[in-house]
Amino acid sequence: MIKTDVIIIGAGPTGLFAVHQLGIIGLKCEVVDNLDRPGGQCIELYPDKPIYDIPAIPECTGEGLTNGLLKQIQPFKPNFHLGQRVEEIKKENDLWILKTHKGNIFSAPNIIIAGGVGSFEPRKLSLKEAEKFEGTQIFYSVINKALFKDKKICIFGGGDSALDWALELSKLNEITLIHRRNEFRGAPHTLSEIKKKEKEGKIIVKTPYSLKSIEGSQAMTGIEIEHEDGKIEKIKTDYILSFFGLIMKLGPIADWGLNISNKTIPVNTETFQTNKEGIFAIGDICTYPGKLKLILSGFHEAALAARACFKKARPNDTYRFEFTTASKSIHDRLGVKK
Amino acid sequence: MPKITYISHEGKKNTVEVPLGLTVMEGALQNNIQGIDADCGGSMACATCHVYVPENWFNKLEKAPDAEQDMIDMAYEPKKNSRLSCQIIVTDILDGLEVVTPIKQT
Repeated sequence: MIKTDVIIIGAGPTGLFAVHQLGIIGLKCEVVDNLDRPGGQCIELYPDKPIYDIPAIPECTGEGLTNGLLKQIQPFKPNFHLGQRVEEIKKENDLWILKTHKGNIFSAPNIIIAGGVGSFEPRKLSLKEAEKFEGTQIFYSVINKALFKDKKICIFGGGDSALDWALELSKLNEITLIHRRNEFRGAPHTLSEIKKKEKEGKIIVKTPYSLKSIEGSQAMTGIEIEHEDGKIEKIKTDYILSFFGLIMKLGPIADWGLNISNKTIPVNTETFQTNKEGIFAIGDICTYPGKLKLILSGFHEAALAARACFKKARPNDTYRFEFTTASKSIHDRLGVKK
Repeated sequence: MPKITYISHEGKKNTVEVPLGLTVMEGALQNNIQGIDADCGGSMACATCHVYVPENWFNKLEKAPDAEQDMIDMAYEPKKNSRLSCQIIVTDILDGLEVVTPIKQT
């Protein structure tokens, strides 16, 4: 069990800045996120898109913002527990006990939920039959390439993941790449590679087609795909790889009794505490009158929630407001050398 | 104020007034219309405000830019008349617009 002052759920920009705000007031924290890297929506949804409304930064990308925040919190050496979804929380005496799906257990007087719109999961195929073969013949990510050697593979999707895997796996065998429209979204080099492989007969491109049905009872034997104009074609296949990006799911947080409505948690704007003592919510996941879903609002919310955490983490100390420009203790925490 | 009609996948109609300049997505959220999630808040990054626009109205909309098409690729069961409702801005020309919400967004 890891004991700390604050457990932060979510390593998006708001969660990362909460690390900073806790750090400068001398509190320790652990950060848990379902993704395998920090950055949240910034890194998953718009790593390359410019952001223009971060104070004093006229323009930066989602990736740039994330890197900047990671650098800013470096002095506090935060522990990240990535690729882990929080499964349950419970209260024991005055402490919250939190457990992730990988079995890691944390204990702290405070939890800050900076969970955005929820944890990211791959978007799944809409056909019901797809569930039956998920993990055996239908995959939403590639874990073991060797599985696909000398097999028939259909890849669905029109973005980078679909294209990159079509190219990579076409080294092993023939690939059918299926997309709902004629245009693909990928780097120019990737697109020309796809064209080349298509000419060589290594990749068969089927557009504009979408998945109509899956055949087979015990095992999937093939699929039917439907052309935009209604024409149906049968394809024999051993595996389907589907790449339709990520969706956000609130997951177990919904079951913690936090009065969630419209996927958001109501908070008190003085402390950003939820209806449960010691659980705070900041960033896109919190709601209050006038709430704006802006990164900069998340930063403000992080600053206030961090101060509120101090009381429970250091019940015998008095919190004193200090500026980073002048405080010797903050300079020590930041490792500033005179 | 322009009237926008949101039709559920079962055919249930819900007509509301949406102020000029707001998006069809915002109109749905403000009026608690079911079937539009809008997880990313309108930054064209999630495709959970996906709607189908009947042909007579589809042709009145400005053509979806590439970035929107790329996002629609990710939507739940996209069709030829799919649009992201966060990218449709309500104007006088769109008074009476009908959009159909999909069975689900994710």
